[in-house]
Amino acid sequence: MNPDLIKMIFGRLNLDALPLHEPILVGTFAVVATGGLALFAIVTYFRLWGYLWREWFTTVDHKRIGIMYMILGIVMLLRGFADALMMRLQQAIAFNGSDGYLPAHHYDQVFTAHGVIMIFFVAMPLVTGLMNYVVPLQIGARDVSFPFLNNFSFWMTVGGAVLVMMSLFVGEFARTGWLAYPPLSNIGYSPDVGVDYYIWGLQVAGVGTTLSGINLVCTIVKLRAPGMTMMKMPVFTWTSLCTNVLIVASFPVLTAVLALLSLDRYVGTNFFTNDFGGNPMMYVNLIWIWGHPEVYILVLPAFGIFSEVTATFSGKRLFGYTSMVYATVVITILSYLVWLHHFFTMGSGASVNSFFGITTMIISIPTGAKMFNWLFTMYRGRIRFELPMMWTVAFMLTFVIGGMTGVLLAVPPADFVLHNSLFLIAHFHNVIIGGVLFGLFAGINYWFPKAFGFRLDPFWGKLSFWFWVSGFYFAFMPLYVLGLMGVTRRLRVFDDPSLQIWFVIAAFGAFLILLGIGAMLVQFAVSILRREQLKDTTGDPWDARTLEWATSSPPPDYNFAFTPVVYDNDAWWDMKRRGYRRPLTGFKPIHMPSNTGTGIILAGFATVMGFGLIWYIWWLAAVSFIALLAVAIGHTFNYHRDFHIPGDEVVRTEDARTRVLAAGAQT
Amino acid sequence: MTVATVSTQGSEPVFHVLDEHAHPEGASTMLGFWIYLMSDCLIFAMLFATYGVLGGNYAAGPAPKDLFDLKLVALNTTMLLLSSITYGFAMLTMEKSRIGATQAWLAITGLFGLAFLGIELTEFAHMIHEGATPQRSAFLSSFFTLVGTHGLHVTFGLVWLVTLMVQTARFGLTEANRRRLMCLSMFWHFLDVVWIGVFTFVYLLGMLR
Repeated sequence: MNPDLIKMIFGRLNLDALPLHEPILVGTFAVVATGGLALFAIVTYFRLWGYLWREWFTTVDHKRIGIMYMILGIVMLLRGFADALMMRLQQAIAFNGSDGYLPAHHYDQVFTAHGVIMIFFVAMPLVTGLMNYVVPLQIGARDVSFPFLNNFSFWMTVGGAVLVMMSLFVGEFARTGWLAYPPLSNIGYSPDVGVDYYIWGLQVAGVGTTLSGINLVCTIVKLRAPGMTMMKMPVFTWTSLCTNVLIVASFPVLTAVLALLSLDRYVGTNFFTNDFGGNPMMYVNLIWIWGHPEVYILVLPAFGIFSEVTATFSGKRLFGYTSMVYATVVITILSYLVWLHHFFTMGSGASVNSFFGITTMIISIPTGAKMFNWLFTMYRGRIRFELPMMWTVAFMLTFVIGGMTGVLLAVPPADFVLHNSLFLIAHFHNVIIGGVLFGLFAGINYWFPKAFGFRLDPFWGKLSFWFWVSGFYFAFMPLYVLGLMGVTRRLRVFDDPSLQIWFVIAAFGAFLILLGIGAMLVQFAVSILRREQLKDTTGDPWDARTLEWATSSPPPDYNFAFTPVVYDNDAWWDMKRRGYRRPLTGFKPIHMPSNTGTGIILAGFATVMGFGLIWYIWWLAAVSFIALLAVAIGHTFNYHRDFHIPGDEVVRTEDARTRVLAAGAQT
Repeated sequence: MTVATVSTQGSEPVFHVLDEHAHPEGASTMLGFWIYLMSDCLIFAMLFATYGVLGGNYAAGPAPKDLFDLKLVALNTTMLLLSSITYGFAMLTMEKSRIGATQAWLAITGLFGLAFLGIELTEFAHMIHEGATPQRSAFLSSFFTLVGTHGLHVTFGLVWLVTLMVQTARFGLTEANRRRLMCLSMFWHFLDVVWIGVFTFVYLLGMLR
């Protein structure tokens, strides 16, 4: 066939893009394909496609979308962690002349993919998922402000994840590190599809993240139950509000900077090139103006979770609610004033570096205030060491260490020594694992019974906890040592044999974490099997304090049969204390949004468009863009996007709950 | 809705809304759209910042003085400002529920928008013809990206305008359509404000450089 025609149809996509010569990838593909086929077969065999499509894929229910975000995050955690294990193994054996087992071309993709996946497709979906699930319940709302947009946002995030995963088997991923600094990421040095996968994966997912940020800000501002003033909002809702403000005010920066990078790559402009007036440091500045708020986007919700958990399991009102809120807001603002500490070595001069060093150190003050608030909440409390509380204590110990090494790195002269070293790697894993991930695990164990009506199994949960926590210390404390000895990040082979022992310890730690993740998966499985023994009929298994525990577990589609009225910070605690009686009559039809498949279709077209752009298949990109536009406009011609849950059905649901509660009270 | 926020006759407090009406549809739309506009504004802020940093890097190529035709840009600015005024008239007539007048003003707005785009494209074509392409220097890269992104927004606004005119023709000035026209109104005026920034910082200050 005419090569020009083939090029027009397939762009630069050809059979060489399949990594048939890399046995590791072929093996991975075999496992993934087998697993995928098995899943497909099971779903088909049990005729679940219709159910999944109607009840899940097209749902606009914030609870179901939240759960789907969590599933996405956990699945991607497995991929991101597999990358981590591969790196640890490579670094542990690549000594004494050995090249390890990963060729440079593959290793560079692995560390890039690890960072991108862990931040964008593990931490972000898990955080967004929890916020989606919990926030409307905590503020007594029936759903988010824009339920359809919520569904669309979720599928855009999935679309980004699909593109990144696709790069594993079709073509390759970026070999640039997770922020893709130019000039390395520019077309001259990265002519392959890797950086394009990176760009379009993040752009597609970024649209979803920005829109879901707008959605949750509106939800919290507009849909709070009567009586819930700003200073009566639960702390998790407060941190979610600040996080979503940060999302709206930072993700557009990422969108813009990636758009400029793609112009450089596709059109040949000169933003970040070395010649024709381009300036690569411009990229580094811009991307960290997004990047630093991003870490607070991740950690603030975790702070919120710890606040809820500490108050609940200490049986006390949270100490210093007002200072907690102000600390959160101060962190939100300060997070925009520190970005340059990521590149003190750029050479901005002493004054600029001092400014950013000092602002960075100042952040430790509100964070420290939070730490003391949690400690004082626990002080003289009747503490129950359930799993969420255990994760919280582990967080407090671990995060303080990470915070202190952070303050150390904030000192510019110290940073000149430690920049890009493994000390930095240890620091940010210390705060992201110790802060964000431990927080998410606390949140998952805490809210799981709300979402599914039964608790997670404590034995396997504790096993997972101890493997994770000890594994974390084994894996990252050696990196502090190595960093202080001057080992830089992203190295593939080592000359100095005296370093090997530390890498072996780190690899052992990664292995412990593997056991922790395994135990967590077993915990989910065991809990599902033992769901009758772990059942919670009360809707309030932890004797908790906020509104989400006022409704049944799992909550009905409409969350609350009557919108609650709030008098106190700890609304549900207040209701219990003052003898609240559940209304048994007077139910009315409830106005709800209808499900729609438009979100998944739009996100599908966006993903295909991304694929076309990555492989220079211009016709495909153009067709899917036009289809995207047509479907979006077509959707606006549908003016009937809501329905009423009939009064009878509300009565049936609430009566069933009354019976369950009565049966529970007798036993 | 009636909210019992005080104790009923001194007994226990009421913990739920007694007499609830459905939330008015689209109650959060205006707030949501404002927040979206601010996020979009941030994208423009980044492009302005990029232009601010790279705008002087001509790489021995053409500078603003060699390229910009202020008279043409002034005409262009006039087109966009007039389109904002006519959109304002469309909203005023919408308030009075005069559907024909609203549609007419919307159509005029669209024509002004088209004229703006046409002049902008002529300007771009002229520059590219003279060799001042986006690839020529960082100044031109950031110039074309900033001005072009604004132009793309106007294009998108025109598509949206036509869609809303069709919907208004078919379904009338319903509550939902009024809300949508309000959103587009905000979007349109927002683009106007951004253009004032472009005109000032890129064109006027560029001539002084």
